Parts: sequence; C-alpha cells; structure tokens
Amino acid sequence: MSSTVQPRGTTKIALTAHSWLVYLFFFAPIFVLIVFSFSDDRNVGRWGGFTLEWYQDFVEHSQLQGAVWVSVRVALLSTVISVVLGTLAALALERFKFKGRKVFDALLYLPIIIPDVTMAVMMLLFFAEFFEILDSVFGWDVQKGLGSIAISHIAFNISFVSVVVRARLAGMSEVLEEAALDLYASRWKTFRYVTFPQIVPGVAGGALLALTLSLDDVVITQFAAGPGATTLPVFVFGLIRRGVTPLINATSVLMLAASVFLVALSLAFQQFSGRGGRPSLRAARQAMSAKPNTNTQPKEGINQ
Amino acid sequence: MTVVADRPERIEEAAVATPEFEKAAERAASRRGFLLSLPAYAYLVLFFAVPLGIVMIYSFATRNRFGGTDLSGWNLDAYRKLGEPIVRDILFRSLWLAVLTTLICLVVAYPFAYFIATRTPLVRNLMLVFVMIPFWTNFLVRNYAWRVLLGNDGLFTNISEALGLGERELLFTTSAVVIGLVYGFLPFMVLPLYASIERIDLSLVEASRDLYASGFQTFRRVLLPLSMPGVIAGSILVFVPSLGAYVTPEILGGAKTTLLGSYIVTQFLTARNWPVGASLSFVLMTVMLVATLVYFRTGGRNL
Repeated sequence: MSSTVQPRGTTKIALTAHSWLVYLFFFAPIFVLIVFSFSDDRNVGRWGGFTLEWYQDFVEHSQLQGAVWVSVRVALLSTVISVVLGTLAALALERFKFKGRKVFDALLYLPIIIPDVTMAVMMLLFFAEFFEILDSVFGWDVQKGLGSIAISHIAFNISFVSVVVRARLAGMSEVLEEAALDLYASRWKTFRYVTFPQIVPGVAGGALLALTLSLDDVVITQFAAGPGATTLPVFVFGLIRRGVTPLINATSVLMLAASVFLVALSLAFQQFSGRGGRPSLRAARQAMSAKPNTNTQPKEGINQ
Repeated sequence: MTVVADRPERIEEAAVATPEFEKAAERAASRRGFLLSLPAYAYLVLFFAVPLGIVMIYSFATRNRFGGTDLSGWNLDAYRKLGEPIVRDILFRSLWLAVLTTLICLVVAYPFAYFIATRTPLVRNLMLVFVMIPFWTNFLVRNYAWRVLLGNDGLFTNISEALGLGERELLFTTSAVVIGLVYGFLPFMVLPLYASIERIDLSLVEASRDLYASGFQTFRRVLLPLSMPGVIAGSILVFVPSLGAYVTPEILGGAKTTLLGSYIVTQFLTARNWPVGASLSFVLMTVMLVATLVYFRTGGRNL
C-alpha cells in the first residue's frame, strides 16, 4: 500500500479521533456497568465504596441459580445435538448431490434470516398445538420447559453450525478424501481419519457459536419456556423490566465474563488451527451472512 | 489373430459399461447425501417448517370472543387490521426508527471502517478484535448497560447536571431506543464495510488525488461506488434486526415508543389476538426475505 493513500494531516487526526470515540461508545457502557457492580450503594449511579455484596446476592439467589442451571443444561444439550446434525448437513450439502438438496439448502438458511420475534411466535403456536395433540391423542400431559427450550434452540443452532462447517469444507480440497478412498479406506475411515481432523476447527467454531447463541437468546426462549423452567437471560429480562438493581448489575457482569471467555476460546481455536489472516472477521461473516463464503480466493480484483 | 479380433469387442464392452457404472455411483452418492442430511432435514421440517405453517394458518384465522382462535373459515381480517391507524402508526414508527438506525450506523461506521482498512495488518487485526468483543457480548447485557447509564440516577444524567445542562431524561424516549439499536447493531455495519473497503485497490484513490480530485470528490466518485456492496450488505444487516427489535425497545423505550416486535409479543401474551400477531410476524418475515434476496443479488455474501 502506498503511503499517499494513508490519510494525512487534519483528515488523519479526525479519523483517529473518530475511531477512539467509536471505541469509547462501544466500551464505556460496559465499563460503567462493571465498575458499578462493585459499588456499595443501592443507587446504581452512585459510587459507595467497593463491595462484593451483590455477587454474594447472586450466589445466594436460588431462582437465579436455578436459571443458570437451566441455561447451562439447555446450552450444552442444544449445542451437542445441533453440532452433530449441523455437521452432517454440511457434509451432505458440500460433498454430495442428492434429491431435494436445494429445498434442504433453503430450509437450512431460513432459521438464520428469520426475525427472532417471528420464530418466537412459531414456537409458541407450535408447542400449543403439539401439546394439545399429545394430550388428546396419547393422553400425555406435557408442559413447556427445558425440553421445549432445547428444541427451539436446536432449530436455529443447526443452521449456524452448518454454515460455519460448510465454510470450512468449501475451503478444503477433496483430493485427500479421494486419495483415501482410492487406497481402500472405508467411507467411515476416510471420514474419521481424513475429513474430520480437517474440519475440527470449523466444528469447534460452530459449537462455540451455538453455545453463545443459546446462552444469549431471550425472545425465542421466552416463548418456548414454561412456568417450570426459565433460562438466565429470560429471568434477568423479567427483572430488568421491574427496574435496575445492583443484583442485575452483578449478574450482567458475570454473563459478560462468560461471553468474553467464549470469544477468547474461539479466537484461540482459530489461531491454533492456523487459519491466519483475519480470523475474527471470518467468524463474524459466517455468523452474520447467510451463505458460507465459497469464494476461496483471498482477494478479488476490482475489475471483475 | 483371435487376440486382435478380440480387442475392439472389449473396448466396446467397456464403453457400454462405464455410463452404467457411473450412474450407479451417482445413485449411491445421492443416497448417501440424502441419508446424511436426513436427521437435520427431518428436524427442521418438524420443528421449523411445520411451526411456520401453523403461523400462516393462524394469520388467516379469526379471534373468537373468549380470546381463543377460531381456525375454521379462513379470511383476511387479520391482514386488513394492519391498515388500522394504531397498527399503521406502529408499522411506520418501526420503519422510521430502523431507517434512522441504519443511517446513523452508516455515517458512524464508514470513516471508522476506512480508518481500520488503511492501518497496518497488526493494528488492523487488533482493532477488529475490539469490534468483535461487543459483537459477541450478550445482547441483553449490552442493552441493560445503557439503561444503567441513561437512568434517572445514571452517570449520563449526573454528568449532564454537573455540566449545567439541566436534568435530561433520555430513558424511555425514542432517542434511547435509537441509541440502543445503534449500539447493538453497529458491528454489523462496521464489518461488511471494512471487508469491502479493504478489497479496494487503494492506488485508485491515489490516482484520483493525483488527478486533482478533492478529498470529497474522491470519496464520492471512487471510494463510495467501489464500496457499495459493503454499504448495501451492512445496511441490510442493520435494518432487518432493527425492524424486528424487541429487547431494546422493551428495555430502553417507553409506552409511547411501542414498536413492531413489542406489539407482536403483546398480541400473544396480553391482548390475546393471535391472528393479528401471526399476520404481523408474517409481514415481518416477508420484509426480511426480500432484504435477504437483495443481499444475495448484490453479492453481499462474498464479503
């Protein structure tokens, strides 16, 4: 890159200042939240000396602890199932041509692009009808709870996992798999010893994304949850609507810490897998855009 | 002699056998692919496609006097209700706030993304990681942070009082909702913009300046057109979730700022008018699908 393209003079000062302001905007609220979660004052906006009281409240709050437990179980369950189903779907779509492939492809993208509220409504009506059928046909009295929350989370997580794994598969040549098959490795052995070791970073990235999404979701969970079990975000959402308290501050900071931990883990994984380049951006694109990046060339000419 | 006579025959045999063999292999591959996709396929049909169908059926149903839903006798009443002043106002307000959020994000993110794209690779990656952190952080918590900041005892109010600006109550206003939405979705604008600007051969900018174009002209005629895919992709990625936002307006907005997402939820939880809620969710989904198609058409997926 030529140095004359670099912004100079006032432009450069303005751009630098602007960037710092953007980062201030990004991090100031989070920073304030963290600081005041240690403040010994019931009034959330005033500093009253250092305390860990609110964190102790969090630990002793039985409903919050119950919600944490539900969140963790739902996240693990939905992640495991969606990783298996999503990886199989990714393999099918990237490596095979089959009947109904296009319909499946479209169906797999819908949960990513559908608005949260619409999916929440879908789950509400579905479980209302589904449980009614179970009751009238089999006489089973099923209530919404952990199971229905997990079912709804798997429904959106399969898609996110498959997008991430597909991106990995698309950037991988089939030559090694073909060589293994030529050398009389069985289909299973080829997958176990050739394909799988190569897609591990993609699978791990997908799993972390699924875990994060499951731990974050409020809207869909709210409609899939019953009186029996609520996840942490849904419970906290209910608390926030009643007002701001130091307890919510402390809980939020812990949730924050959990997500930062997961990001660090996923970044570490991608560094470890030697992708190089722009790991974080890649993950973002995969998470945000509906189609995997099938363009494996690092850079496109602008004249194309 | 017999050996020589044999040969053409064999070749012919092989030529006949090959397509059949290939067909069988194709069939086997097709079966394998189908079997691999089957678990996810079946799951999504049962727990996604069927629920979607149920929402569609409900959107054509009628609400009965007891707050239940009458599924017999389909009609368009629920969709007709979208033209009523209350619902129309909410639709327009949601649309306006989503457009405003998108524009603010665009104006804030463009110079920022350009600055990142012109840094050295090391600085660039570091800057991107610090954009990613808020992007991955729990969405609810990020909205709550603003509630703490803007509340009547919050830091923002205290600072504004200390500066002699008087007591400025921002919480539960439209401004608070827009701040929350911009805060929530700004990374969605920064990342595609960065990706498209980073691809531009910046010697074109240099050439433009060499040919005596002003800074603004260079931006207008060179940079902006070349980064258009990023602008479109980012705008869609911000606009679409803003339009259906539920958590942000619930936490930062007030009674006067009911948006589409909250209104839909109200129809199900309190008003118990499921057909209207279902039809509105369907409208929301349609907007989303159209936006996604535009996204693909403009090559947003390649960013």
